[in-house]
Amino acid sequence: MTRQMSGAKMIVQALIDQGVDTVFGYPGGAVLPIYDEIFQQNAIRHVLVRHEQGAVHAAEGYARSTGRPGVVLVTSGPGATNAVTGLTDALMDSIPIIVLTGQVPTFMIGSDAFQEADTVGITRPCTKHNWLVKETDALSGVIHEAFHVCTSGRPGPVLVDIPKDVQFATGTYQAPKPSVSHYQPRLKGDMEEITELVAAIEKAKKPIFYTGGGVINSGPAASQLLRELVKATGFPITSTLMGLGAYPASGDKWVGMLGMHGLYEANMAMHDCDLLINIGARFDDRITGRLDAFSPRSVKAHIDIDPSSINKVIKTDIPIVGDVGHVLEDILKVWKARGRKTNAEAVGKWWGQIKEWQKVNCLKFTQAGKVIKPQHALARLEALTRDHDRYICTEVGQHQMWAAQYLGFEDPNRWMTSGGLGTMGYGFPASIGVQMAHPDALVINVAGEASWLMNMQEMGTAVQYRLPVKQFILNNERLGMVRQWQELLHGERYSHSWSDALPDFVKLAEAFGAKGIICSDPADLDDAIMEMINHDGPVIFDCLVEKHENCFPMIPSGKAHNEMLLGEAETQGVIKADGAVMV
Amino acid sequence: MSALKIKKGATSHSAYNLRPTFSDVIERHTLAVLVENEPGVLARVIGLFSGRGYNIDSLTVAEVDHTGHLSRITIVTSGTPQVIEQIKAQLGRIVSVHDVHDLTVEGASVERELAMFKVVGTGDKRVEALRLADIFRANVVDSTLESFVFEITGAPDKIDAFADLMRPLGLAEVARTGVAALSRGE
Repeated sequence: MTRQMSGAKMIVQALIDQGVDTVFGYPGGAVLPIYDEIFQQNAIRHVLVRHEQGAVHAAEGYARSTGRPGVVLVTSGPGATNAVTGLTDALMDSIPIIVLTGQVPTFMIGSDAFQEADTVGITRPCTKHNWLVKETDALSGVIHEAFHVCTSGRPGPVLVDIPKDVQFATGTYQAPKPSVSHYQPRLKGDMEEITELVAAIEKAKKPIFYTGGGVINSGPAASQLLRELVKATGFPITSTLMGLGAYPASGDKWVGMLGMHGLYEANMAMHDCDLLINIGARFDDRITGRLDAFSPRSVKAHIDIDPSSINKVIKTDIPIVGDVGHVLEDILKVWKARGRKTNAEAVGKWWGQIKEWQKVNCLKFTQAGKVIKPQHALARLEALTRDHDRYICTEVGQHQMWAAQYLGFEDPNRWMTSGGLGTMGYGFPASIGVQMAHPDALVINVAGEASWLMNMQEMGTAVQYRLPVKQFILNNERLGMVRQWQELLHGERYSHSWSDALPDFVKLAEAFGAKGIICSDPADLDDAIMEMINHDGPVIFDCLVEKHENCFPMIPSGKAHNEMLLGEAETQGVIKADGAVMV
Repeated sequence: MSALKIKKGATSHSAYNLRPTFSDVIERHTLAVLVENEPGVLARVIGLFSGRGYNIDSLTVAEVDHTGHLSRITIVTSGTPQVIEQIKAQLGRIVSVHDVHDLTVEGASVERELAMFKVVGTGDKRVEALRLADIFRANVVDSTLESFVFEITGAPDKIDAFADLMRPLGLAEVARTGVAALSRGE
């Protein structure tokens, strides 16, 4: 179907035809024609953020929690440059988002016009692909292609830069059709490699599944297949930060998150295993620790849709390029056809060893005295919210690691966190995006006060759209993770890692027209959390916690998995050298 | 914090001293990359090399199929086998890249480069330059009483050799196109 219409109308029509219901954006001179079209329709809701970075993170939260691409609309120049952090974040974590930017008219490009920036140039390294559209006739085709590219293969952010004269001009609209793009990443894995992996599964004595964000990105079916495979084989499973929820935290084969702040048993199992099955993870440096000591005795299989992930940092014995869902389906098929064999006796022994490691109880802590331990705050948050229809976002730092350790994720798409880029300021706008997609759900952003302040302007957005997002701030008046590294690695010289002029968060909430809750006494914590949950509206929860708590367990950088530090959990206050134990 | 046994020093403070123990033999590879002929595609390819710290020894690009909107980028690069594999995989995932061929490993190939040399001099040196140009089958494309511009086509080492010979004879300027390469046979 083709129709004549203005470029601006075309953009809105293309979004509607792509099934978009929500756009996060901020108007400006170069996108006024598009905003005029948005004004004259009701199919798409527009969420006015307070900063373009917030728009991109909100779109990421929307995308991550729904599996559908998030859409952002911002103006030229500063609108586009403010989107760069979010684009990079989405690229690192493989989140499908589409950013539409206005641009100065084609005849002014290159003249240093007002609010002109070389947007496609600036965003080339931080998008999966980008386009500058110079003809209105090409516009709808490019937008449809943008949806195809950002959701196909390894998902990622794309950007379409649209000069203002292209928005005003009339052209021919093309409805979406099955993609004719040459970009068609391969989904099915090589059957020979899959059979080799199945043979390895049959023989393995100490196997482990190591899963990542690729399982979530592949869709809910992939998580179901993963659960089926884990149940059928009885192998232990660990996951990266990005993959939490693909396998339920309550599942009996779950050994917890691995990596720098992962669980002792997960890291020890990675180190000692003889078959490592990487499903949709990328051997990130936060996972591997010292590379020459990484899982030294294992056969390594790696399932990834992106060929460049294979052999990038870790030599792989069984590489399988394909979509996690498709590959898992074939693995199960082949494994069943070959008689559903595993070395059950050896795997049973392996579980015996893992149970020994679990006895270390690396997450234990003691809540004593009148100061709330951050671990305790999260354990109580978990206890009081686990039965809700719950989505968790985080900022970046200690609180993020504690959230990953102490909250349990039963399903995919319930956990929104900035893993690869580690973007402080991600969580609050992401929670807004999640709440827009799931209006009736309990959406909680576990935050540190420093991260939270980085995008606190989005309180305006939360209040304006009556989004009951809960900002659960673990307030230690410190840049906690920076402080921890300074303590452990820089001779306790705390260079610029504390905040001296923090706002009164209760008054801050009230200033925005929201509710503020402060809690400093462990005895009041449950009631305060219940008050937060039960309030129908946005809440800032200022949870004053132990200021010098360190996040353990920890693999110091440059160390191997079996060289973890287990914190002295009983220690109050600063952890001294003799309190930290080398394992 | 000495009990933590974390060594003081630049590397132990960073999580990025984590290179794996792959082979460290440096290889030279010629890659042929077929790309969509669209604005910015060269910037994408070059940005990949600079952004990820790969080497470009030579790069040529031109449209090769007007109706199909295809350009061919020939890149000569060097790195360890693992880096070469990464380069190919990273090139392959650029959306506007259609195909990546490693001519160095995909059977025999021919490589040619065109270069122009300006040689300034008089007397014996001038005569010697002209004689050597003849041996190398270089053409004279411009001449004054005190200078020649030679045009030479060949594999890069032949051009290097010619440059070495011209240097003492008054080599003033060099322009090289970079390598174009095709696989042999069908």
